[in-house]
Amino acid sequence: MDERLRSELSKQGIFTTTLEDLYNWGRKNSLWPLGFGLACCAIEMIAASMARYDLARFGAEVFRPSPRQADLMIVAGTVTKKMAPQVVRLYNQMPEPKYVIAMGACAISGGPFKQGYNVLKGIDRYIPVDVHIPGCPPRPEALIHALMTLQQKIDEQALTGARRPRHLVAEAPSEFPVPEYGEHDLEPPNNPAVWQPPTLVRSE
Amino acid sequence: MEQIKTRIEAAVPGASVEIVPNGSTAGQPSLLVDNARALAVARFLREDASLRLDYASNVTGVDWLDTVVQEKRKVKQVIDGMEREIEQTTEHKRPGYLEAVYHLYSMELKHGPIILRLRTANRTDDARVPSLTPVWRGAEFQEREAYDLFGITFEGHPDLRRILMWDEFKNYPMRKDYTAPDDYEYEPTPHDDVLEKTKRHYPRSPQQAP
Repeated sequence: MDERLRSELSKQGIFTTTLEDLYNWGRKNSLWPLGFGLACCAIEMIAASMARYDLARFGAEVFRPSPRQADLMIVAGTVTKKMAPQVVRLYNQMPEPKYVIAMGACAISGGPFKQGYNVLKGIDRYIPVDVHIPGCPPRPEALIHALMTLQQKIDEQALTGARRPRHLVAEAPSEFPVPEYGEHDLEPPNNPAVWQPPTLVRSE
Repeated sequence: MEQIKTRIEAAVPGASVEIVPNGSTAGQPSLLVDNARALAVARFLREDASLRLDYASNVTGVDWLDTVVQEKRKVKQVIDGMEREIEQTTEHKRPGYLEAVYHLYSMELKHGPIILRLRTANRTDDARVPSLTPVWRGAEFQEREAYDLFGITFEGHPDLRRILMWDEFKNYPMRKDYTAPDDYEYEPTPHDDVLEKTKRHYPRSPQQAP
């Protein structure tokens, strides 16, 4: 819609918008997180939702006790291999549109436990992550920044075309396979549709 | 420590207690108890009026691999008609075993720790020690943890299952010969073992080879 026409109309008391703006505005300003924490990052997440940092300013104060009512999964803390299937299952139980913030060094890569046998080396091996926050643990400001980044990301999405979000692509999966407990490791160790081990590109 | 050893041997007939010296700076010796009498010894340590070790603060496992022990002894030998002292090194292979270590304190008398060790016969098919959970209830979860991570079977344990890893898991991760699943990915600053993994997963291009 023409900007000048819109501004002229608003001077006359007629407010116009596009469906896309309205849809994105609604989505980005009511991101209800799933209330679950895995380790020390959860304490920072709780701090972010309390009065001092006040996540409520971004419409994300309603930590839901059920995945059915949540839009945003904040993976706050170390994901052990024993916990990973439950995390993926919770993600599968969330209705679309759904987003994931991987909070802290452990959730994005395994962090200090990366060389261990029992910690998943990043939750992005099984579910698509929208925003990664580094830090050990990240401060509440970092979580707020991640939330704002996610809001910006949602705002830039279109209703149709290549820039449309994942949940509007009919063939894109909404549920991801839950890994099984294997005899030595999780089966499979990562979801190849979501994540592949990085390949090194060396400058010659 | 010597006193405790003699008192245990007096109180529990047939018990053999060995004092294991500790060469480190802590210098904390421990008592090695034979498996058959371990439960009776533990009961004595808890009930005895001057010991009253009523609190097992820590139960852990230790993995000892098969090692070659070198012993140096001075032997007198007659060489060329002259008697000389020669240092002789003898080697013998010590088979590996697993150990369960209990740190015991007395809440009542405010002393401790007394360290108790139980040894398994070997590391594979006979990795069994008696459970001391009937004596110290708090040892239950820690014995489960030692079972989970070291594979020590505690006989007489009320509920011996894995506690940290999932039930389907087959390995014992804290054993020294355990190798973690190879789900390596790129590390920016590899070192030691990680460097070896880096070389295996990301071999250097021929131009960069030294």
